Amino acid sequence: MKSLHISTTINGDPVEFICDPDEPLLDVLRNRLHLTGAKEGCGTGDCGACSVTLNGRLVCSCLVLGAEAQRAEITTIEGMAEGDQLHPLQRAFIDGAAFQCGVCTPGILVAAKALLEKNPSPTDEEVRYWLAGNLCRCTGYDKIIAAVQVAAAEMRSA
Amino acid sequence: MRYMTAQSASAAAMALAEEPGKSRVLAGGTDLLVQMKAGNLTVDLVVDIKHIPGIRDIVPEAGGFRIGAAVANAELREHAGVCQQWPGVIEAAGLIGSTQVQGRSTIAGNLCNGSPAADSVPALVAADAVVRVAGPDGTHDVPVLDIPAGPGKTTLNKAQIVTSILLPARPARSGDAYLRFIPRTEMDIAVASAAVNLTLDATGTVTAARVALGAVAPKVVLVEAAAKAIIGTKLEDAALSALAQACEAACNPIDDKRGTIAFRTSTAGVLARRAAKIAYDRAQGSANAGASK
Repeated sequence: MKSLHISTTINGDPVEFICDPDEPLLDVLRNRLHLTGAKEGCGTGDCGACSVTLNGRLVCSCLVLGAEAQRAEITTIEGMAEGDQLHPLQRAFIDGAAFQCGVCTPGILVAAKALLEKNPSPTDEEVRYWLAGNLCRCTGYDKIIAAVQVAAAEMRSA
Repeated sequence: MRYMTAQSASAAAMALAEEPGKSRVLAGGTDLLVQMKAGNLTVDLVVDIKHIPGIRDIVPEAGGFRIGAAVANAELREHAGVCQQWPGVIEAAGLIGSTQVQGRSTIAGNLCNGSPAADSVPALVAADAVVRVAGPDGTHDVPVLDIPAGPGKTTLNKAQIVTSILLPARPARSGDAYLRFIPRTEMDIAVASAAVNLTLDATGTVTAARVALGAVAPKVVLVEAAAKAIIGTKLEDAALSALAQACEAACNPIDDKRGTIAFRTSTAGVLARRAAKIAYDRAQGSANAGASK
């Protein structure tokens, strides 16, 4: 298998990497670039733990080829905080104890951020539908929904 | 496996034609990459069509809209013109997978994947959408109904790719709707589904209709008898019952733990009935919207 040389942008920084043609973007992020925030839950696009944005769209990085990142713009959970300053969603998740084991959390934060950029005042139902592709086996979701709403309120008043 | 980005439809077709091994087209990848990972599909060549000029565009054409084969469903659902003209197609496309899957998946891919339960396909058949197919010999247009051939199979040959789907112009007082049954509220595959597209005259009588069912046969079914049952009516109870009966008669579903033959059959009739009423209300709404202008 011939390796590919890919030039892309991740969290605003230019990045170059070598990958196999059939290598998922998730594996590139985790194994080659050591951006291990995105998790592999299912590897088939069902669980959302590997959520990133690709050219502004929320996607599962397990269902994107690394090769497709050529000249694209990717954001991951590692780009969410600004230095030591956590994003309001991150703070709301900590303050509201909106996670337990934490495997789903990076994907949920990336997905929730994408929602609030599109819809700053979602209803609980809208949050639930938007996050339907992010599975959490610990929390029962209520605290996640509540934390998203706390962050949304803070971001609206900012 | 080799990965290539095609810069034109003819270059994609040529590469697919020349590949001696197994080749696949990559648009959103939400089915292809899952199949490759499952290990039941070994691919020698993947041709990424997203860099073909225009293939990610939605363009008004002849009163309708031409939707590029690589337009993600999330993009499609943000297009005000298509949402207004073809709400049933939009609600069907919107049911495919999660937010993340919506960000990548396409209606062309939903069609080419060949699943009998594909959500957008019955809606596209009801809409009488036209598929533009490019191959080594050039392009030609095919009714969407002619593409599916059975579970996981299409009538396209290995060198042919879908480049766009045309949602046609429609008369005033038209509406469409799509409904599916799944055992939960989100993130599932249709157990049965129905799409209805109809046009009314000024008195509210149905003058034209197309009814299509999903997940109740090896491929999407266009039920002409169901359309006939409501043409010339105002969807009175008798007409809706005849529609549901015609739909049930057209079903030839599988029997599995997600739905028995009897359940899928009766559900298809119920969904068609409900979808017809929604399409009817939308058609009247579009007439009122037109009148107020």
